[in-house]
Amino acid sequence: MGSFEKKVIRFWEIFINQNGYAKVLTGLKNTLIIAVVGLAIGIVIGTVIAAIEVMPKYKRLPKVLDKICTFYVGLFRGTPIVVQLLVTYYVVLPLLGVNMPPVNVCILVFGLNSGAYVSEIMRGGILSVDPGQMEAGRAVGLSYTVTMMKIVVPQAVKNILPTLGNELIALVKETSVVSFVGAADLYVAFSYIGSNNYEFMVPYLAMALIYIVMVMIIAMFVRIMERSLRKSDRRN
Amino acid sequence: MIDVIDLRKSFGGVEVLKGITTTIREGEKVAIVGPSGSGKSTFLRCLNCLEDPTSGSIIFEGVDIADMSVDINIHRRHMGMVFQQFNLFNNKTVLENIMLAPLHVKLTELRKKKLKNVFIRLYNLFATDKKPLYEINTTRQQIRQEVRDNALRLLKRIGLEDKADVYPSTLSGGQKQRIAIIRALAMSPKVILFDEPTSALDPEMVKEVLDLIKQVAEEGMTMVIVTHEMGFAREVATRVLFMDDGQILEENTPDQFFTNPQNPRAKEFLSKVL
Repeated sequence: MGSFEKKVIRFWEIFINQNGYAKVLTGLKNTLIIAVVGLAIGIVIGTVIAAIEVMPKYKRLPKVLDKICTFYVGLFRGTPIVVQLLVTYYVVLPLLGVNMPPVNVCILVFGLNSGAYVSEIMRGGILSVDPGQMEAGRAVGLSYTVTMMKIVVPQAVKNILPTLGNELIALVKETSVVSFVGAADLYVAFSYIGSNNYEFMVPYLAMALIYIVMVMIIAMFVRIMERSLRKSDRRN
Repeated sequence: MIDVIDLRKSFGGVEVLKGITTTIREGEKVAIVGPSGSGKSTFLRCLNCLEDPTSGSIIFEGVDIADMSVDINIHRRHMGMVFQQFNLFNNKTVLENIMLAPLHVKLTELRKKKLKNVFIRLYNLFATDKKPLYEINTTRQQIRQEVRDNALRLLKRIGLEDKADVYPSTLSGGQKQRIAIIRALAMSPKVILFDEPTSALDPEMVKEVLDLIKQVAEEGMTMVIVTHEMGFAREVATRVLFMDDGQILEENTPDQFFTNPQNPRAKEFLSKVL
């Protein structure tokens, strides 16, 4: 009985007195920024890719763009995110001569990565919208792009919101690898606390708890958003 | 107004339209009838290039819109279309449905003019021959107000002004179709294409939609109507096209067509539906 309690007390001491909480807060902030901004970038990229993929392909330009998108999606779905982080941080950026703080690199890579996944989700969403919606938009003289943006994509997003929530949750959890390139996330914060007194049981348990709570809060937000977007449905 | 010359359309290897040539004059109400699978809807959808014709030309106000290089969006603004399945925008309220296209077109025009003026001002700074600026006599708010007023006026006309802020999913089929018709009218089109406007309606709602179409017809709007409502076609149309197997087999006045059809297949068709 006594040993676990002692561990908790030691953890608490470091957490409060030795600046542990500041590290955890920074980690939490970085985790959330990487996941949320990454998803935002991913949604933009994914929507563009999906719109290109469902475009009618009579002309040469959509065909070429489609090939590029297929390559992009294949590349980012075909390699683990850790590999993408490492390659971007240690190969691509140095070759380009760009110097970027690790967190920004992570945002970039997570955005590119989730773009590949979101594109497939979004494509499904766009295909689930009645083709009559696109026809009606075109028939009143709106262009393909405008109809896509104003009519089809908003309806598609409504349909895929639960899946997008899933993607955000997956991203939040995947951020636990960003310490590979030196970004300070929750893992870095808690292993700092752990290595301070050679005791990892409680810190890692606390880390797990924080992840669970974070995911539950996100799930709740997604539900609320879903409900507010369903106002154009008959049943709400 | 619309000259269709040897219009052909194939899906895969199947030729659905086999060379259609006809002219739709201003003020005419053309009814297209025929058995299902005869290519009526495809023909109508080719008229505003929702289906791209495989060959042939469609001359609308002097421009061949079947040519892929023309900006079809500009010409579609003058051709309203009403669908069998209504196709109201589900994510927009009724009022937004009606306002969307006119507002977008007018605001885009304004934005383009403003942008051009910026360039002209820049040019005028350095050039000795000053170019005149484009005249801008409306603001965004004024345009919005104008479009909104027009939409509300149209809604009032069909007696649905209390539905302005609801979403289409709460409306009946008849209400949806009437709103789809005024959505087409809101662009002040020169011609309206109707693709079986009453086929997806419950029987008791057919009349309210047909009445509105009749009203619009009486105001002199040019119309092309694909329909299975023979009585309606006879009453409203000034000309009837009978299509079968991707061709126009008979072209006649409604009286002539319904009392004394010339083509044997038209005779057979009418004996089945009348």
